[in-house]
Amino acid sequence: METASLKTDLFDRLEVMGKKATRDGFGAGLLEAGTRHADVVALCADLTGSLKMDDFQARFPDRFFQVGIAEANMMGIAAGLATSGKIPYTGTFANFSTGRVYDQIRQSIAYSHKNVKICASHAGLTLGEDGATHQILEDIGMMKMLPGMTVINPCDYNQTRAATMAIADHSGPVYLRFGRPNWPVFIPEDQPFRIGKALPLRYGSDVTVLATGHLVWLAVEAARALAAEGISCDLINIHTIKPLDEEAIIGSVRRTGCVVTCEEHNRIGGLGDSVAQCLARHWPCPQEYVAVDDRFGESGKPEELLEKYGLTTPAIMAAVRKAVARRTKS
Amino acid sequence: MADPTSLVRTATQVRRDIIRMVAQAKSGHPGGSLGCADFLTALYLGVMERKPGFHMDGRDEDVFFLSNGHISPLWYSILARCGYFPLSELGTFRQINSRLQGHPATHEGLPGIRVASGSLGQGLSVAIGAALAKKLNGDPHLVYCLTGDGELQEGQIWEAAMFAAHHRVDNLLVTVDWNGQQIDGANEDVISLGDLPAKWRAFGWEVLSMDGHDMPQILDTLGDARRRCGQGKPVVILMKTEMGKGVDFMEGSHKWHGVAPNAEQTASALAQLEETLGDY
Repeated sequence: METASLKTDLFDRLEVMGKKATRDGFGAGLLEAGTRHADVVALCADLTGSLKMDDFQARFPDRFFQVGIAEANMMGIAAGLATSGKIPYTGTFANFSTGRVYDQIRQSIAYSHKNVKICASHAGLTLGEDGATHQILEDIGMMKMLPGMTVINPCDYNQTRAATMAIADHSGPVYLRFGRPNWPVFIPEDQPFRIGKALPLRYGSDVTVLATGHLVWLAVEAARALAAEGISCDLINIHTIKPLDEEAIIGSVRRTGCVVTCEEHNRIGGLGDSVAQCLARHWPCPQEYVAVDDRFGESGKPEELLEKYGLTTPAIMAAVRKAVARRTKS
Repeated sequence: MADPTSLVRTATQVRRDIIRMVAQAKSGHPGGSLGCADFLTALYLGVMERKPGFHMDGRDEDVFFLSNGHISPLWYSILARCGYFPLSELGTFRQINSRLQGHPATHEGLPGIRVASGSLGQGLSVAIGAALAKKLNGDPHLVYCLTGDGELQEGQIWEAAMFAAHHRVDNLLVTVDWNGQQIDGANEDVISLGDLPAKWRAFGWEVLSMDGHDMPQILDTLGDARRRCGQGKPVVILMKTEMGKGVDFMEGSHKWHGVAPNAEQTASALAQLEETLGDY
């Protein structure tokens, strides 16, 4: 339970600094990455405005390539640019960045060790009204299965901006996943982003809560509400799903003995499964998933969809209580 | 200008290499490999401006991408004969722990290869990316790409063709191995390619054609194609070839697309191909 000896951590500083979309963080980060690295180039498949790539295009017209509605070709061109040492960022929706072009990514990028940054917006249910054709919930699974692929799902504007810059300095293919809606901005602007290094948000003792993407903010709210109930959450932001920061996860679970994973993704193949695999090998314990239960999405407002598919603060709280109860029983 | 007679002799040795590699591995794709042997020999040994050694970034030299990756035995033979890796390594083709994978790959670090291919339709896009990089780098050298004809049934090829014309990728020289055959039979019977020259022209390309087994004509056409680069349009050469060229019982049939000869057939094939440069 909550004790006075808890060290002061990032959690106390977390407050909402307005709302901005993670895709806006990508646009800002891409412009800065382009300014810092002359080798950064960008490609877009007819979604420049949606991906917020306009500023990069305006600043670096020679380093921006409009590919049209031809995502397979975009992935191949990116691989070709990378052969010569360029650092290509591809931009389209998450669905068209992964499922539509899986084989192009597999052969020309991942298997060929090409330094391509696959940047994917409008991931998950929060795409909203366009419906299930565009709401991909399987992309993390597909991308993390590719050997050598780094998979990142940042949680707010500031973290997406920082991640977009950080991947330019990382050698190797990266899948960077972000979203459409305006969302609370709460990670401090100066918070460093380290690929593969989880970001602890709150030190707690009863349950480990691991969250990625939009659900991190909901997990923060849940942790605060649960503290009032006397349940102490150890909350960690897993922004990098691959490589997974196993040390951080095991370190936490050794203290708490149970875990809840939170993600805007299918329960199968996402963060939860990566965590389960890690725990099965190193520290088996009760785990609850807050994720979409192997279903396709549908049209609706983002908040309505999150409610209907069980990705809410109350859902995280319920999962935490269940995990704690299972640990106590076992 | 490279000496056509000498290139023909090299191509004959390359054909021997192909037969011996596929026979030893008891698997592989001899048909298309034999069909493109004259072209790839001419390209690497008579046309391309290459730097000594292998540099992944391909700066300040011509680079080549093989999109129809299944003709890997041909490319491996050429690369070894050009000195990218030891000739003896050809004996490891398709075997465990080899850098000479069934289809070309960078995974094991084989010099001369910049991207994996084999899943068809992707190489043209990659070549376009490399060509764009050359323009960004102010490098006047060219990017070459070879595709199969059956491969043109992949939609990505036409995405790439449209892009290259729109963006005036005129430092790109593509050759299509137009042997008219694919695994299930003739292109015409599987899915017709229609009027291929008209298709490429309609997509905005400069279109040339040549006989892929006439060495002087290959050299002339490649020279002509090079001169047409830099004028705002990508260039494609539609190259008529015969699958299995050089081995009588393989010629002109799709049946040797992906089948290895047995011992007797191998002996017969090698008897038709003079050992000009020494076997590996």
